[in-house]
Parts: sequence; C-alpha cells; structure tokens
Amino acid sequence: MDHASFIIGSWVLTFASVIGYAVYVIRRGRELSKNATSEEMPWT
Amino acid sequence: MNSAVTTPRGTGTRNTRILGVLTIILMVLLTFCGLIFSGEDINQGSTVRIMYVHVPSIWVAYLAFGMTALCSAIYLSGRNRSLIWDRFSGAAGEIGVLFVAVSLVTGSLWGRLTWGTYWVWDARLTSTAFLFITYIGYLAVRRLGGTHRQRARRSAVLALIAILEIPLVHFSVNVWRTLHQKASVADPNAKVALDGLMLFSLFLGLIAFTMLFAWLVIHRQRSLALEDAVADRGLDAAIEARREEATN
Repeated sequence: MDHASFIIGSWVLTFASVIGYAVYVIRRGRELSKNATSEEMPWT
Repeated sequence: MNSAVTTPRGTGTRNTRILGVLTIILMVLLTFCGLIFSGEDINQGSTVRIMYVHVPSIWVAYLAFGMTALCSAIYLSGRNRSLIWDRFSGAAGEIGVLFVAVSLVTGSLWGRLTWGTYWVWDARLTSTAFLFITYIGYLAVRRLGGTHRQRARRSAVLALIAILEIPLVHFSVNVWRTLHQKASVADPNAKVALDGLMLFSLFLGLIAFTMLFAWLVIHRQRSLALEDAVADRGLDAAIEARREEATN
C-alpha cells in the first residue's frame, strides 16, 4: 500500500479520537451516577 | 438526606449496549473493507482509503449540527420546554465539533497526498474551519454562567444561527472554484463510477458512524442530565445553608 503512514495515520487518528471521547463520556457518566438518585436517572 | 442514593450504574442500558456492540462489529467490518478488501482508485491509488473515514466524519458532523438546530428549535418553539431538548442539543454539538476536527485533520492528510499540501485557503476548507470555530463558540456559550433555562435559551438561538453555515460549507464547492472536489456520489448528475466494494465500504462507513453518533449522543445527553442534577443539588444545598444562616 502506497502512503501507508498517511492512510493508517488517518484511520488511527479517527478511531483514537472517537474511542478517547467515548471513554470520557462513559467515565463521566459513571462518576456522576455514583451519587445520583433513581429520579435523576430515569433511563434505569 | 439522600436516602435513594444508588450504586454506580452509569449512563448505559441494555439497548445502548446492543447498539454499542453492533457499532463495534460494523466498525471492524469497515476497517477490513476499507483498508484491505476494497480496491485502489484509478487516479488516487490507495489514498482513496482515507475517504472511508473522512466522508463519514463530516457526515456525522452535519448530522450532529442538524440535530443541534432541530432540538434547539423544538425547545424555543414553546411546545415542549423540556431541558432534555437542550441537553440533546448540547450533546450533539459537542460530538459535531469532534467529528469536524477529525474531518479537517483526515482531509488535511488526504490533501497532502493528492494536492501536495496540507492546507489551502479555498472555500471548502476555509468554510469548514469557520464551522468548527463557530461550534467551539457554541460550546463556550453553553458554559457561561446562569440557570439551565438561560443556558438553553441563549445556546438555542446561537445554534439556529450557526446551522446556516452548513449549506455554505456544503455548496461552497459549487459556488466557488476550489481545490476540493465537487459532490460525486451524492450528486445524481455526476458521472462517477465507484466500484461496488468501494461504494459498499463508503455506505458501511456512513451507517457505522451514524450508529456511533447515536450511541455517543444518548450517553452524553444522560451525563449532561446528571451534571445538571449535580448543579441543582449544589444550588439547593447553598440555599439551605443561607436559610439556616438567616434563621440563626
């Protein structure tokens, strides 16, 4: 594959950004839900 | 005081877990199709493989900003002034900013290979950068002080103004002469013949990224709801403390 570093780099950057953000969102949710009541979490 | 405090459960449910697993499966399939199975382009060679993450990224950004505007309009319309619309709006705006950033960087890498430069100040790239900055501003406005309803109202107005940039970005390649290519697959008049597996990979990317967006926006909206609840609890505690001070 020509220009593999650019191509793989684009894919890695995309997935790393998305996974990083997803981990942040999940961690934030878990952290906040520790002290939350059932009323504050209607999805449960 | 808080007898109903629960064990940590996070923002996930059975349905979001199913959506998450399906998204991961499609992403793995996309990686195989985009990087291994799909062929090279006649003109661009293997650099076309960047398209399978670049196009879905900007698609999700458009979708996210569209949702931001739609939820803001629903909130402002007065029919349903529930803050859930504001939170969906904020969550989608944040995700949109992430995907515009990804799109700008992957586009820049692709541009280096096809145009010989990482960046040119042409209409499409400049308007996309302007879109990115506008929504950074939108997120900054959401973090200004005030009540939840003040935040919801002012950010909703801004979201409805900011969405006007999307047509500018999308049609910039038709209005001005740009290095960036015109719409090809989305334009029925464009004489572009994409190989079957290339077209499949592109649409697979669009579906996978759309599902990813749905998963992210649900989780982020819920964590924003929890952030609001924490802020309300802090406010309630402060008011209670002031009342006690006043009575003593």
